[in-house]
Amino acid sequence: MTHHAEHVADVAIVGAGLMGSAAAFFLRRRDRSVLLIERGLAGQQASGVNFGNVRRQGRPMRQLPLANRSSSWWRRMPELVGMDVEYLQYGHMRVCYRDRPERVAEFEAYAREVRPLGLDLEIIGGAALRERFPFLGPDVLAASYSAQDGHANPRLVAPAFARAARRLGAQVFENTAVAHLGKSGEDFRITAEDGRIFCAPVVLITAGAWAHAFSSQVGEPVPLIGRGPTMCVTEPVPYHIRPSVGVSTPLERESVYFRQIPRGNVIIGGSTRGPVVPDLWRAYVQPQNTLSQLRQIQRLAPALARLHVIRVWSGIEGYTPDDMPVMGRSERVSGLYYAFGFSGSGFQLGPGVGDVMAELIDTGATDVPLEDYRPCRFAGISIPQPATSAAAFSE
Amino acid sequence: MVERDVTAPELTALTRATTQPRVLIVGAGPAGVRCAETLVAAGVKPTVIDEGRRDGGQIYRRQPETFTRSYRSLYGTEADRAEALHRCFDGLRGRIEYLPESLAWNVSPSCLHVLQQLRHLELAFDALVLCTGATDRLLPVKGWNLAGTFSLGGAQVALKSQACAIGRAVVFLGTGPLLYLVASQYLEAGANVAAVLDVSAWPARLAALPELLAAPRTLLKGLRLTAALRRAAVPVHTGIQPIEILGTALEGVRGVVCRDARGRRLTVGCDAVALGLHLRPETQLADLAGCEFRFDTDTRQWAPRLDADGRSSVAGVYLAGDGARVLGAAAAEVAGRLAAMAVLEDFRLQAPGSERPALRKTRSRLTRFARGLSKAFPWPVRHVAALSDDTVICRCECVTVGELRQIVSGTEAREVNRAKAFSRVGMGRCQGRYCGHAAAEVIAQAARVPLEQVGRLRAQAPVKPVPIAASQEGA
Repeated sequence: MTHHAEHVADVAIVGAGLMGSAAAFFLRRRDRSVLLIERGLAGQQASGVNFGNVRRQGRPMRQLPLANRSSSWWRRMPELVGMDVEYLQYGHMRVCYRDRPERVAEFEAYAREVRPLGLDLEIIGGAALRERFPFLGPDVLAASYSAQDGHANPRLVAPAFARAARRLGAQVFENTAVAHLGKSGEDFRITAEDGRIFCAPVVLITAGAWAHAFSSQVGEPVPLIGRGPTMCVTEPVPYHIRPSVGVSTPLERESVYFRQIPRGNVIIGGSTRGPVVPDLWRAYVQPQNTLSQLRQIQRLAPALARLHVIRVWSGIEGYTPDDMPVMGRSERVSGLYYAFGFSGSGFQLGPGVGDVMAELIDTGATDVPLEDYRPCRFAGISIPQPATSAAAFSE
Repeated sequence: MVERDVTAPELTALTRATTQPRVLIVGAGPAGVRCAETLVAAGVKPTVIDEGRRDGGQIYRRQPETFTRSYRSLYGTEADRAEALHRCFDGLRGRIEYLPESLAWNVSPSCLHVLQQLRHLELAFDALVLCTGATDRLLPVKGWNLAGTFSLGGAQVALKSQACAIGRAVVFLGTGPLLYLVASQYLEAGANVAAVLDVSAWPARLAALPELLAAPRTLLKGLRLTAALRRAAVPVHTGIQPIEILGTALEGVRGVVCRDARGRRLTVGCDAVALGLHLRPETQLADLAGCEFRFDTDTRQWAPRLDADGRSSVAGVYLAGDGARVLGAAAAEVAGRLAAMAVLEDFRLQAPGSERPALRKTRSRLTRFARGLSKAFPWPVRHVAALSDDTVICRCECVTVGELRQIVSGTEAREVNRAKAFSRVGMGRCQGRYCGHAAAEVIAQAARVPLEQVGRLRAQAPVKPVPIAASQEGA
């Protein structure tokens, strides 16, 4: 057997998506030595294929401290990671349709609740709404507008954090699949498929839809399900629409959203998500989901009907039963930490998650509430077998 | 607003015996037509889906019904083959389901997704035969984004289908047999061919002679085309290096600058350029169907892995014609027949006929000839390496060679999809059809890795842009 040198550091991070890459970056800022281990390339999975919403509104109240922490980092992104990740703080709006007028009262109640937490929302309806956002369809009744939210380019952010972490001294190992995670004495021992060994007293699991394999191994099973977002982009047209716009509805099918980028293309997401098989690494968009999404988007913004879709894509996101992540300390193994299962809404949180996890690992505490994200909340829930996907092709 | 919970499968009402496999053929060119013919002869009624308004594919594209040019004037030396194929297809009408002007935009397991004008169809299949043909393989040249630059194939379509030339004075730039064929077709049609500028040099052709002799008549036809161009005093320069297509954004193309074989700077005035360096297979559907690909070192491109009769790595998915391997129209007819026989064999409808060994033999002979062509007119790797930083490489997204090089060195994006994600190269309307090969070469060179390690662009649906309005029922 080939003898491989061991790589040793204070913290080993498994998974270089946005959460892992940002954590590596913030740990280096706290002068902790870091090994960042990634099966493929940094930010290639859910972190790189999501819609790119950087929104706080719509999140549960108890998540806002974390989202606010993140928000402050988003505003400083170029100085933080050394490049423009196309973050535009041009607002985010949630709209409701005329057939759900009860949503307006919900918008108002939510706005009242979150205002003390630093999120200012403006409820707009009637002529004012048409005047400010003339692209909205006649079915739209009202909107909740958050001027301090926006959108960014997900393809750039996680890789930018990984590169910035490396510039600060983190050791980044891409194309390195983890075969085994074990603990002997005080140290964790991570063995890669090619035999390389990584040792650290602290391990952070940020492996997205693949993370539960590690948590199950230590007796903390999480019923994580992989799902694929339905995404598409149109040809470029003159730039007019600045905020990111989405529908607030209890129906998944109706919940579409879109944003235009200065280059002119309109990016469309939402509506029905597809099943995925994480082990296949590639997720295909189900064609009927694209068509249903395109029907819905015309209700939200009828003018989009005149455009062509030039490309669709999907990815592999990890969902928990309550759509809340698993984040914080392991309750069974000391030195083990988690940040995964962000259930399709982790992009905005990314920099904040990296910062908070670094703080927690470095100081042993954080003032950001993490009680809702404990892995033990799933104790007793049966773990579903991975669904075989109609979208996956047999080899 | 009318809403449906689930898109009900809108299968075309095909009344056929339930024991029959549902066979879909994508493409009504030489491969698709011969595939359909072979299936019909065995009693199977396939459905042929084609983007064109009429059958024939690109090479034997039929003129609009009201046009009256003769086969000889339209197809030259290929008139007999073109006419035979059209007759064959006319004879199949009524015995096949035919969906012209229909785009197969996506495929999921056992279901092809088709946009017929503004109507979406879901066609379930047991066997899918992809005869999707080829498009031009292009090499970026500084200024190729100016109005008046067409692909060779586009220049040919203008002539064949609409009886018009792409300009008053046309430069043919690139390499390969199509360069000479289209130039001579333009000449014959009375257009002004300003020059033929070929990036490959004469000695390569001599070296490829043994393989080219695999199809002596085709070789002879090629030589005659060249002779005809010379007789007409068309300047033909071989071994050139393209430098720039001249012009302005407002007026379009005004000329071409290149370096000739002896290193002299040569400027040719023109108002249109037909650009092409061989062809590349249209493999998006095969990719979306999950077919495995392999790297072909001769042509420096990726192609679906196939067996001798056109079976892909995915059960029920077959490929034939230039959409699988660019071997030319004659080979495509053979491949179409072989793929149909494979379908019939796999569904236990008919044992392969006695003609199969001969067909396979013809196919390997033409494969040898195609290898000779790729040696005679090689893909000019050195010119890609020499592309100036200010050359636009991705026309859809306006990305320059310099920007791509900078991203590769700045982010260590050594894989083509990674470089696409960071630079937008190949993200636009054409999804890398035009820039993909050159981009991969630029990345390989900047990252100092072999081309095959750079990988290939993953295809994403839709195969061609689809209108959002078409998703609306009753639109």
